[in-house]
Amino acid sequence: MFGLNTKDTKSLFIVAFLVVVAPFILNPFPAASAMAQFNAGYPDLMQKFVIFGIFAIGFNILFGLTGYLSFGHAAFLGIGSYSCVWMFKLLGYNVIPGIVLSVIISGIFALAIGFVSLRRSGIYFSILTLAFAQMSFALAYSVLSNPKFNLTNGETGLQVYANDPQWFHRDSLPDLPHLFGLSMRATHKLEIGAWEFQLNAGYYLCALMMLVCFYLAIRIFRSPFGLMLRAVKSNQQRMNYTGLNTRPYTLAAFVISGMYAGLAGGLLSAVDPLAGAERMQWTASGEVVLMTILGGAGTLIGPVLGAGFIKYFENIFSKINDHVLHSWFAFLPDGLEDFVVFLIHPFIGKGWHLTLGILFMLVVIFLPGGLVEGGQRLGKWLHRRKAKDTPSAKTEPAE
Amino acid sequence: MDAFLLQILNGLDKGSAYALIALGLTLIFGTLGVVNFAHGALFMIGAFCAVTLQRLLNLSFETIDPSQKDFLGNPLKVKTPYIESWFGPDLGGAIIDWSVPLAILFAIPIMIAIGFVMERGLIKHFYKRPHADQILVTFGLAIVLQEVVKYFYGANPIQTPAPDALNGIANLGAIIGMDIVYPVWRIVYFCFSVLIIAAIFAFLQFTTFGMVVRAGMADRETVGLLGINIDRRFTIMFGIAAAVAGLAGVMYTPINPPNYHMGMDFLVLSFVVVVVGGMGSLPGAVLAGFLLGVLESFASTTWATTTLPGINQIIIYVVAIVVLLTRPRGLMGLKGVMED
Amino acid sequence: MSILEVKNVGKRFGGLQALSKVNLSVKENTVHAIIGPNGAGKSTLLNCLVGKLMPDSGSVMFDGQSVLGRAPYEINQMGISRVFQTPEIFGDLTVLENMMIPCFAKRDGAFTLNALPGVQKQKDILQKAEQMLEEMRMSDKRHMHAAALSRGDKRRLEIGMCLSQDPRLLLLDEPTAGMARADTNNTIDLLKEISDQRDITIAIIEHDMHVVFSLANRITVLAQGTPLVEDDPENIRGNPKVREAYLGETA
Repeated sequence: MFGLNTKDTKSLFIVAFLVVVAPFILNPFPAASAMAQFNAGYPDLMQKFVIFGIFAIGFNILFGLTGYLSFGHAAFLGIGSYSCVWMFKLLGYNVIPGIVLSVIISGIFALAIGFVSLRRSGIYFSILTLAFAQMSFALAYSVLSNPKFNLTNGETGLQVYANDPQWFHRDSLPDLPHLFGLSMRATHKLEIGAWEFQLNAGYYLCALMMLVCFYLAIRIFRSPFGLMLRAVKSNQQRMNYTGLNTRPYTLAAFVISGMYAGLAGGLLSAVDPLAGAERMQWTASGEVVLMTILGGAGTLIGPVLGAGFIKYFENIFSKINDHVLHSWFAFLPDGLEDFVVFLIHPFIGKGWHLTLGILFMLVVIFLPGGLVEGGQRLGKWLHRRKAKDTPSAKTEPAE
Repeated sequence: MDAFLLQILNGLDKGSAYALIALGLTLIFGTLGVVNFAHGALFMIGAFCAVTLQRLLNLSFETIDPSQKDFLGNPLKVKTPYIESWFGPDLGGAIIDWSVPLAILFAIPIMIAIGFVMERGLIKHFYKRPHADQILVTFGLAIVLQEVVKYFYGANPIQTPAPDALNGIANLGAIIGMDIVYPVWRIVYFCFSVLIIAAIFAFLQFTTFGMVVRAGMADRETVGLLGINIDRRFTIMFGIAAAVAGLAGVMYTPINPPNYHMGMDFLVLSFVVVVVGGMGSLPGAVLAGFLLGVLESFASTTWATTTLPGINQIIIYVVAIVVLLTRPRGLMGLKGVMED
Repeated sequence: MSILEVKNVGKRFGGLQALSKVNLSVKENTVHAIIGPNGAGKSTLLNCLVGKLMPDSGSVMFDGQSVLGRAPYEINQMGISRVFQTPEIFGDLTVLENMMIPCFAKRDGAFTLNALPGVQKQKDILQKAEQMLEEMRMSDKRHMHAAALSRGDKRRLEIGMCLSQDPRLLLLDEPTAGMARADTNNTIDLLKEISDQRDITIAIIEHDMHVVFSLANRITVLAQGTPLVEDDPENIRGNPKVREAYLGETA
């Protein structure tokens, strides 16, 4: 269906289903219970899941297929965010122009940056993209926010002010990002027994976008273009001597993934109309690399999993504090309790980045194929155990 | 003219730091074929070696001086560093005052040890893995190292003053009849880096060890075939590169109070320096380091920043892009070295 | 009618004159071997023909057009395919995918942004690739990863990939280097079959005299960067100059 084979159609439907019911399955604990802090089904976090899912899907088109490791993709995320807020400032709060512009502008930037960076490959390419991203960050943070020419509003971040033109804004429209009048913050609260579920307009818009992106990514993966990109990763020499010009292929992949990042940035602004330069920093670029690797670079579903995994744990880890830890380990003798809390303390709360770094290393060292490969290995192992168990079960009675 | 020379001088200290880090990066790169994203973290750890030594030297015990009262009328508590009580206030005070230069001695064994552990424990397993994996694992390590430092030392910059004797400013211009006032410590830093760079080059040029390493940089396989244990030498080179980065960090502390993310800030620029200088070229790394440092200093003048606001923030990147477009191998890059 | 004309080509690397005044004319539908001792400049010459190196002087004409200054992919699109000394294939892809890529290059040119229709929908390409695999007797391995193939199969696959583009000229760089005797003979048979059945010119650089004399109907001997003689195999065998420069060395 949709020009996909059965297996891909199935994974598309699974993802679509999960995304639609996410507000329910991510809130498995009753709202008043102690476990409610592990719920992830509130709009802010769910929006992040799907937006960073888009970011990672796009990054994977470049890194997963061609093997070119960009360390500066956050620049496009930031450019997308700024573009979208500018549309809010000039035209009004409807999200459509903002999202469209963010994709276009980030595509143009990706074309320029890719044109230069792709003259080199391997390490050089990674360093070049990193340098470009840092340059964009410096531009956004200070250079382009001077009184003469204020494009980014520097440290404060770009936002809509009362004296902005907003040409198409009418009083009947919400004073926040909206889709033809439907506010992105509109949330329908559903209370079923002790549970509370939140259905948020912004989330469903982002989720729809992510499904479209996911679908397009599948098409790209299965297309002749995707095959060429995988060939670039495998053997550039053979590509060249087979009459194929590798550079436009890699550039096209770079621009496409830059546009995905721009879309993600635009959506970030659409759900929260404030664009700051910190979105472009190298840590943000590193994060999307980690999401992709953690999920499984080069696989379709991996980046989405990786994005969800990291954003979920970022959220949970940042929320846990010593107080919570003490309540968990209260069953231990006092001294031991304090000791355990002391051991875990550096990794939680503000220590999330430490956990992230360690996670990063562990994944690269032990599981370069990411969660998808881990799942496959686990599946094989279980399968083998099952296969082993069956004959032994047969021989037992004979003994 | 005076202002011109002053800008050059101003660029030299930052340039020295770039050159030292870029030199270490190139050494690791050329010998082990590994891109070390954790190299900036080594620079940062070096800086925190200085902080640690300063804190160790300032460990104090309290005594109560009944003859004096504090503002609440209680007997005054006087803190005396152990060092002062052991060596007397004069020598002890001097040791505390000179903690940054002393930290060099303190940092060398620590940095070499960290380098060895890093190479043997982690990097070694990544020689045969793709470059992307090397970048990623060292990137992860860099995050871990800086978060650990942040955990123990906090997020704020820590003042680590230079010895009083070297803390002032000197009129350098007096020698040549001009008026150029310049902080003494920056001159010290520049001389120190020139010394280290010279030592590294001499070491590579005139010792057998260095000769083998250079041969290994040029053609690892052939040297391996000669029956020379190149791996062990490369481990030692990694230790040396770590020590160079660490010393650069130690001596930089009085110029810029260290914080946990200084490593990454310098690393990105040092990578750009390596790219501009030419991948795999040691003289290129040094030359480009100083060149870009000076250029950045010129871009920071009031004239430059009023003409083109923010030019000082992006000048290095702009230069890197221009160099790469016109000379893809960098200023002194060799053909065939790290082509991809 | 000669399809490849090399005239007065010279190439210098620093102090080393790798090639000087190389003249070579490869006739259409022949198997032309270029032989010579180590360091005679065979590989340098080959690299000048495919766009990897730019000669300092001289001209290289393929079918009346100059190839100099063109990128390797452009030269391939003109109709020259190259087989490497160690097989260059797409190790991460399956054998069938390997075979499809040159077919795409032939059909769509050096670059086409064909990002939405599935590969499986490209019936003409699939058919062509399957047919070529059949011809190479590799159909049973179509879903294997190319990296897992044996050395001999990798070589077959690479030759098949080149042939699927229907090149006018096939360049082979020591195609049997490092092969066992049986694999070498298989490769000789394969190449013979190709030259007999197809409208193709083959230029081959080779060290192994057995291969050269089993295949070639024209031989150029290169020594110290210059062609020594160009003649039919029978005459090369008895030529005292060649014996001195080349065969004498191995005897």
